[in-house]
Amino acid sequence: MANKITVGHVHMSGCTGCLVSLADNYLGLIKILDDYADLVYGLTLADVRHIPEMDVALVEGSVCIQDHESVEDIKTARKKAKIVVAVGGCAASGNINRFDRGGQHNQPQHESYVPISDLIDVDVFIPGCAPTPQMIRNVCVMAYLLLRGSDDQKALAAKYLKPLMALAKNPIASKANFNTLMQEVINVGLCMGCGSCAGACPVRAISMEFGKPQGARDLCINCGACYSQCPRSFFHFEVMDEYEAITDIINGAMK
Amino acid sequence: MAAPLGQYKMVLFARTTDKEILRGAQNGGIVTALLSYALDTGIIDGAVVAAPSRSKPWRGKFDPWRSEPIVAMTRDQLLSARKTGYNISPNVMMIKEATRSYGLDRVGIVGVPCQIQGVRKAQLYPIGMRGVPDKIALVIGIYCMEVFPYQSIVQIVEDHGGVKMESVEKIEIGKGNFTVVTERGRTIQIPLNETRDLEQPGCHVCLDYAATLADISTGSAGSPAGWSTVFIRTKIGDEVWKRAMQAGLFETKPIGQVEPGLGAVEKLAVEKITRNKKTLEDRDFIGTKGLRNPYITT
Repeated sequence: MANKITVGHVHMSGCTGCLVSLADNYLGLIKILDDYADLVYGLTLADVRHIPEMDVALVEGSVCIQDHESVEDIKTARKKAKIVVAVGGCAASGNINRFDRGGQHNQPQHESYVPISDLIDVDVFIPGCAPTPQMIRNVCVMAYLLLRGSDDQKALAAKYLKPLMALAKNPIASKANFNTLMQEVINVGLCMGCGSCAGACPVRAISMEFGKPQGARDLCINCGACYSQCPRSFFHFEVMDEYEAITDIINGAMK
Repeated sequence: MAAPLGQYKMVLFARTTDKEILRGAQNGGIVTALLSYALDTGIIDGAVVAAPSRSKPWRGKFDPWRSEPIVAMTRDQLLSARKTGYNISPNVMMIKEATRSYGLDRVGIVGVPCQIQGVRKAQLYPIGMRGVPDKIALVIGIYCMEVFPYQSIVQIVEDHGGVKMESVEKIEIGKGNFTVVTERGRTIQIPLNETRDLEQPGCHVCLDYAATLADISTGSAGSPAGWSTVFIRTKIGDEVWKRAMQAGLFETKPIGQVEPGLGAVEKLAVEKITRNKKTLEDRDFIGTKGLRNPYITT
């Protein structure tokens, strides 16, 4: 299809789990690449040396500020891409890289890692470790509708992406971990004990005490999934009330 | 948020024709009968439900007043979860568990409105809910005004009601009262005005009463004793309901025929939404900076 958007996968300091998660859409990934997006850049997937112009940069990983090449790359990605998406906890909130103290062969001085929004403006956050295949899929479909859809589809995609764009502008979200859920939801009397956070936590750090989430903070990896999965962190009725129609659109796009 | 009762294709009174389910039901046995039918016919292969607590037994048996989520995969497990608990059961935490540890491909879930909001958010924004969105097969919502932490229930029953927890046969909230029925048949009514302060605070910012995002939602409000009011809301809900009706699972009455009917449900919905909108507004004036509104993103 001529009208596809162009997408690149920009790999900073991360484990490639986000890319694997994208691939875990299986036939859905083929569908996305067939009909909606050309992959114009990707360390292991596209034979392209320098970051090219593209519509959407899916950035995985944190930036090591002692690695000048990485710092240059993230700036280039911002310049060349219309939309920059922080895919996964490392890019969005630092994740496990926050615990790095250096010492690894052969660059032992690489010890300071930041989420990409500390260095550049980011448009969309997809938190989580790994971010789920379905979440990446939804954002890919919505990005396509936003850039190539009819006016109605553009409006819908904008509505859907709004909270994820708000996360990208929110300094709290770029430092998200269990404490964020605690401070932004539980401590301000918004938690109703649904258990979304405990279900979302990839490391099972959250248990329910007196009906409310309690975090084993030593286990928390700073992925931000609990906070952003919480229906009381963001919940837009204008999107959620149309849950059935939006699900149909996504399923229809993936058929 | 749209109308107080949400969008729906159909609303009616119903009760199950399954005598075994009805005997132990809170009202018309809708939830248990639907899930049992869905399980039998392969619409779902398991359901997340709130069941009497296994982890903290009360005097050697499962504690019916302390709920915790289980993944029910048999009719017996569903039967064990009949009746309303009125305390917090974190059902949404089990949906990913159901698809992964239990390996289910078609998951049913029952929940109060805030939990259904969590389920729908998990489907539209599956940030930490890998594999969940496409595996939710049936979502049943229960009307909800508020719930109580378990410790609040103990306090209401024992301090306000003056009876021991282990003698409680049924707890019911409705018609302005927190009603406790003991196993020896004594009925104690505590006005909800007295128990208001003991409610879960997070309930006071909730803007949904009738579980407007569920496939099918149900509850006692508006219906004659022993019956339930049922909203069929989505394509999935409609299909499951039609199949269940064809199977003779429910007897129904049209909603216009019996008082108090839909008006009573709407009245409660409006009451809850109005009161909680007020709470949200009041939060703006806590301190000099105010507290966050979860429904508004700036």
